[in-house]
Amino acid sequence: MKVEQISIFIENKSGRLAEISRILSESGINIRALSLADTSDFGILRLIVNDVEKAKSVLKGCGFTVNKTEVVAVEVLDRPGGLSHILNVLDSKHINVEYMYAFGERSGGNAVIVFRFDDTDKAIETLTGSGVHILEGERLYSM
Amino acid sequence: MYYNEEFETLPRPALEALQLKRLQAALERVYAHVPFYRNAFNTAGIKPGDVKSLNDLERLPFTTKQNMRDSYPYGLFAVPMEEIVRIHASSGTTGKPTVVGYTRKDIDVWSELMARSFVSAGAGKGDIIHNAYGYGLFTGGLGAHYGAERLGASVIPISGGNTKRQIMIMQDFGSTVLTCTPSYALFMAEEAKVEGINFKDLRLKVGIFGAEPWSEAMRGEIEAKLNLDAIDIYGLSEIMGPGVAIECIEAKCGLHIWEDHFIPEIINPDTGQRVAEGERGELVITTITKQGIPLIRYRTRDITSITYEPCLCGRTHARISRMSGRSDDMLIIRGVNVFPSQIEAILIGIEGVEPHYLLVVDRLENLDTLEVHVEIDEQIFSDEVKILQRLAKRIEKEIKDKLGITCSARLVEPKTIQRSEGKATRVIDNRKL
Repeated sequence: MKVEQISIFIENKSGRLAEISRILSESGINIRALSLADTSDFGILRLIVNDVEKAKSVLKGCGFTVNKTEVVAVEVLDRPGGLSHILNVLDSKHINVEYMYAFGERSGGNAVIVFRFDDTDKAIETLTGSGVHILEGERLYSM
Repeated sequence: MYYNEEFETLPRPALEALQLKRLQAALERVYAHVPFYRNAFNTAGIKPGDVKSLNDLERLPFTTKQNMRDSYPYGLFAVPMEEIVRIHASSGTTGKPTVVGYTRKDIDVWSELMARSFVSAGAGKGDIIHNAYGYGLFTGGLGAHYGAERLGASVIPISGGNTKRQIMIMQDFGSTVLTCTPSYALFMAEEAKVEGINFKDLRLKVGIFGAEPWSEAMRGEIEAKLNLDAIDIYGLSEIMGPGVAIECIEAKCGLHIWEDHFIPEIINPDTGQRVAEGERGELVITTITKQGIPLIRYRTRDITSITYEPCLCGRTHARISRMSGRSDDMLIIRGVNVFPSQIEAILIGIEGVEPHYLLVVDRLENLDTLEVHVEIDEQIFSDEVKILQRLAKRIEKEIKDKLGITCSARLVEPKTIQRSEGKATRVIDNRKL
């Protein structure tokens, strides 16, 4: 039920994002979704890619600090209140969302949102228990 | 104008005879009362009685800051604690400070030398001295304070900080002399400007600035912005505190070192040999009247030169030039002494932090700034911003708590801090001094 995401530490200086995308493209890695968190000094680039291990090793080989984290890809009904429903379910169980971002592709007409929770297992249990559809990693990497 | 005309203008032959007599007595004292010196002299194969001229001083071993650390806290004291009336301390590399103790007579001498220094800077009995040096373990505040009282001036013990209040008090109390670090003086000027206060409307006429290195260019800037004569003062707690040497307002050309209490030498820091008059080298000072913690040939690590040429103020005491650097890696940031190794020790103590760091020192709007760059490796990296920000805050807080310096921690990518042949560049000092 979990999806592997890689995160990369980048300093706020020009050309770093370009460098990362060049390394990934030369290794034939496809970026499925991304989000960039930035502060005045540094940024954290989070990626869902089609080959997690390969992406991690080529970036590390180029001197980047890379981590692997487990996130959850949730199907969200593409209509008013779709996201609100999911967030309310989580809130009722006191599960916090650390961050979230949208996935590029749709899944059967629904939107897909990638969530990072403070308690991933509890979140999965809560969401599936409420009938929310969660996407498997394998499915997501190849979408 | 002199505070103690007889001693300040003592003809050199008489001054040197006095130095020799006092030196010989000081050597007897440390040999008798300080085991460290007895061992050091014995190892060097010299007895106090062998010193028959000032040139013989060269045969004695040096004292270093490391020797003081090894004797922490009171090992180098030459008198019993009952005779110590004051203890000061300055920061040290291992987290342990360097401790100095003063007898009543030491405080008395210090007060006189600071009073002489005030007069040399053009201050007198009728002045209102605004003392913005920090009061506490640091010698600046109390040293200047006692000298001002000895002089008979009115001293305002304002200490550092709260700049708006400082400016209000200078304005309302009619301060005529300002004592603080040169960078703080410029910072005050900026604050005053914001407050709409013109220094031309204040009564300040002289500023006595020290505790950190500065330049002729900074003097020009301070004099223009604060509308006063800016005088350079030198001192270090190991030797005494402020007032070891000071410029005279007549010449503003070199700092007279009070030679009836200190013997200066300039050495090549690599060979330990004396250099010729006028040549740059490391300042070495021997205290010849101090009782609490007399130091023989103390290596200050400050780089300067010396001249014995007569000065137009009439003082016969030698002049050392403005300090132009250090012969070790000590940094002086807003008047606080810091060794890169102290910061390294703090970083290593923070779980997961690699000892790959870089200190970037700069001067922004006249205040020293310290940026600590730390490489982020997988151990401490997180996909969450708040965790990395918490780490940066923790580094800043630990440095502030342990060293008293405000810095900003900056997380950088791994391997971006330059590594060179075994020894990395740890400090980039961008201050234009």
